[in-house]
Amino acid sequence: MKDMATAPLLDIRDLHVHFPVGGQFLSRNKRTLHAVAGVNLSLAEGECLSIVGESGCGKSTTALAVMGLQEPTSGDILFEGGSIIGADAPDRMARARIAQMVFQDPYASLNPRQTVWRSLAAPLRLHGTTAKSEIEDRIADILQKVDLRPEHAARYPHEFSGGQRQRIGIARALILNPRILMLDEPVSALDVSVRAQIINLLLDLQEELSLSFVMISHDLGVVEHMSDRVAVMYFGQIVELGPWSAIFANPTHPYTRKLIATIPDPDTVLHPDRKVTAHAAPEPPEGYRFHPETVGRPDVYAAPEPSELVEIEPGHFIRAQRR
Amino acid sequence: MRGFNFNLWVGGILTLVVICGAVFAPLLTSLDPVFDANLMNAELPPGREFWFGTDAQGRDIFTRVLYGAQISLTVGVVSQVINSVIGLTLGISAAYWGGWWDDLVNGLTNVMLAIPSLIFALAIMAILGPGLPSLLIALGLTNWSWTCRIARSSTLSLKGQGYVQAAQTLGYGDIRIMATQLLPNMVGPILVISTLGIGAAVLAEAALSFLGLGIRPPFPSWGSMLTNARELIVIAPWATIFPGLAIFITVLGFNLLGDGLRDYLDPHMRTREQ
Amino acid sequence: MTPLLELKGLHVGIPARRGNVDIVTDVGFSILEGEAFGLVGESGSGKSLTALSLIRLLKKPLKVTAGQILFKGEDLRALSDREMRKLRGARIAMIFQEPMTALNPLKTVGRQIAEMFVLHQGKSWAEAERLAIGALADVQVPAPEERVRAYPFQMSGGMRQRVMIAIALACDPDLLIADEPTTALDVTVQDEVLKLIAQLCSARGTAVLLISHDLGVIANMCQRVGVMYSGRLVEERDTYDIFADPQHPYTKGLLGALPRLGSRHGEGGRQRLVDIDSLITDKASLLQEFYHEPRHKIRDPRVRAGGAA
Repeated sequence: MKDMATAPLLDIRDLHVHFPVGGQFLSRNKRTLHAVAGVNLSLAEGECLSIVGESGCGKSTTALAVMGLQEPTSGDILFEGGSIIGADAPDRMARARIAQMVFQDPYASLNPRQTVWRSLAAPLRLHGTTAKSEIEDRIADILQKVDLRPEHAARYPHEFSGGQRQRIGIARALILNPRILMLDEPVSALDVSVRAQIINLLLDLQEELSLSFVMISHDLGVVEHMSDRVAVMYFGQIVELGPWSAIFANPTHPYTRKLIATIPDPDTVLHPDRKVTAHAAPEPPEGYRFHPETVGRPDVYAAPEPSELVEIEPGHFIRAQRR
Repeated sequence: MRGFNFNLWVGGILTLVVICGAVFAPLLTSLDPVFDANLMNAELPPGREFWFGTDAQGRDIFTRVLYGAQISLTVGVVSQVINSVIGLTLGISAAYWGGWWDDLVNGLTNVMLAIPSLIFALAIMAILGPGLPSLLIALGLTNWSWTCRIARSSTLSLKGQGYVQAAQTLGYGDIRIMATQLLPNMVGPILVISTLGIGAAVLAEAALSFLGLGIRPPFPSWGSMLTNARELIVIAPWATIFPGLAIFITVLGFNLLGDGLRDYLDPHMRTREQ
Repeated sequence: MTPLLELKGLHVGIPARRGNVDIVTDVGFSILEGEAFGLVGESGSGKSLTALSLIRLLKKPLKVTAGQILFKGEDLRALSDREMRKLRGARIAMIFQEPMTALNPLKTVGRQIAEMFVLHQGKSWAEAERLAIGALADVQVPAPEERVRAYPFQMSGGMRQRVMIAIALACDPDLLIADEPTTALDVTVQDEVLKLIAQLCSARGTAVLLISHDLGVIANMCQRVGVMYSGRLVEERDTYDIFADPQHPYTKGLLGALPRLGSRHGEGGRQRLVDIDSLITDKASLLQEFYHEPRHKIRDPRVRAGGAA
């Protein structure tokens, strides 16, 4: 990668997360699942980076590792140049102000026994805001930012629709003014009309609060709409990484192309020839072959074969093996 | 529309009757359960003066049953509170932290389930000696395994919910998460199992007292009343029937209430209503 | 040409003494033989209730309160429960969103497919089991001779959905109702399952009623689309026309709210999507509008017939 003048906001370095499988007592066929197998990613200030892939590709595990909810097997995660995992990690209070998460399921992401007010006030108190007037101001302010009314604070989650709950989830994630927002499939559980409103809200908030987003998604339409850069993950590894325009206008890796080709999109009916995957697949760079070459079901228990990310145009990488 | 919840209503009313009897015992009778013994009145059948008859010492059985309810309920509620605290603490922390602690708690729970709790309580009573405090300890330490299991399985399913993960990322400590995010969301099933547990504890207290290990005579425990009445079962059956009936009604009441609560709190029943 | 299925003025609701509370209001459309018809709408729009009502599987207290459901000219509402059971599975089959709950976990998939042949075609078990292997092969399950002995939990979500399709198509039904058949699946698996449905149904001449919230799925699978909103059909037209030139304000809003692949090219900036709620000022009058176009005599060749032709 190119040298950067300053450290990136978030830097994931050679992240591995392995899970032991079949670890029965005295069992012989203990195996290791390579959920995340060597992920390198960086996030610049104010950027929206999306990680796309299908279930089991390791995108959610990567997100959990960044959030400190999943212990990595090896590798490092740095925030503004300082490690946030392992021995020199900041305490949980400092960590809470680095990154917060918006969850997929708006029905499971709010405590059904707590009012909105409590869900928002408790983290504030925990982080040293004790004056009642200040808490009130902060909550009113954050609710207004997510287009809810202050009187909504007194209600319980079941009194809200899915879209409103997602707004509350976003408000909770923003209440401590974190630098990074981790969006885990933020709109995939929502209806089309509500989905559009939440996407608009997230884009507005990003501009207004100069937030940085990491978005986990399988919905390429949403990803193209919101992202600055896109990482495509396949069985624990990034197979293609680049600016959104490069990924969607010039998808190169066979898996990315398959993903884009299989998205059911109304526009393929209107303009079948316009879809990028309608054209011939590009060749791998000179002296390399794509890795993996064919999209099938690799053995997730074996350590992946050595391969590298090759830069095919500025900032656009694909995973390949040297011939 | 939700149908009439028979269990909840009947169980609730029976339980309420027993609780009222215990609380208002001094108002419902002017006699003393221990000291108002008069051998002149011994073994009188139920009548206008002595509603439930009298025992071999001439004490009013109605009075003794009412005061016996105080003891039974005290033992039932206090020992179940101890059980719930132990079960919840172990169950939630085991599932939340996992690892060796989970294995240990699981093993302990299985051992507790394998030993009949009454035998276990008997052993503890044998060591501690009879009396109310040792009864509370014996019954409070031996019946937490179901609570622990339910707390553990609830925690395992709640742990993956977004709001618990959110609390972790917001910097909540583990204890705070257990107390504010996990515990309030399992009150339903815990309430049900605790209600059933009170019934079980009332029964266990009666059994232990019957065996002479619980509340000792002359204090009016239903179990010890049965022991005393054993020899009179032919000539004064009322001395056996009324304490027995009291045990029956109390245990039935709590069991029905527990079942009723389960139906009432079951989310499936609630969605059907809408 | 008489349509295979014709719905006329269908109302679904909760019957009450003082006027019915309708959840589906005045829905009418028809499906020709071998045609793929899509019903699209958001949750609560009534699209699933419409499908359930036409195979008479509505749960109490919901009932069809008015309208006709003509299947090959016969009103399904007039049939006895027994006649309806015969029709279900044999002439009208259905597949659901979550194949795990629709399959019996205690029976092998081969047995569950074979049951259809025994139940509806009076075949012997031995012959039915043999036919089940062929049915599994038709839905492209690898090694069908071995897989007939597998239980549902031993299969992936995509494989289970293939088994559901095999069961549904076992008796060569005239109409397949697919309610969100791929919503629970990954995109690449979804693509395979949709192609399979399209391919099998066009080869056998089975008509499809596809219900989905996903405009992309509907666009790629169906020749004709009905858009449902708030219990009503608001627009019903040929697929190409509806996506190229939506007429109803709600359809326009729905298409504008969708982040579409390729929509950002040449613009660069991140556009805000259309907020349907802000468009809808007068819901009552909006619901009165209904755009319906007569069927084209010759199908537009640009529409991929059933996604496969």
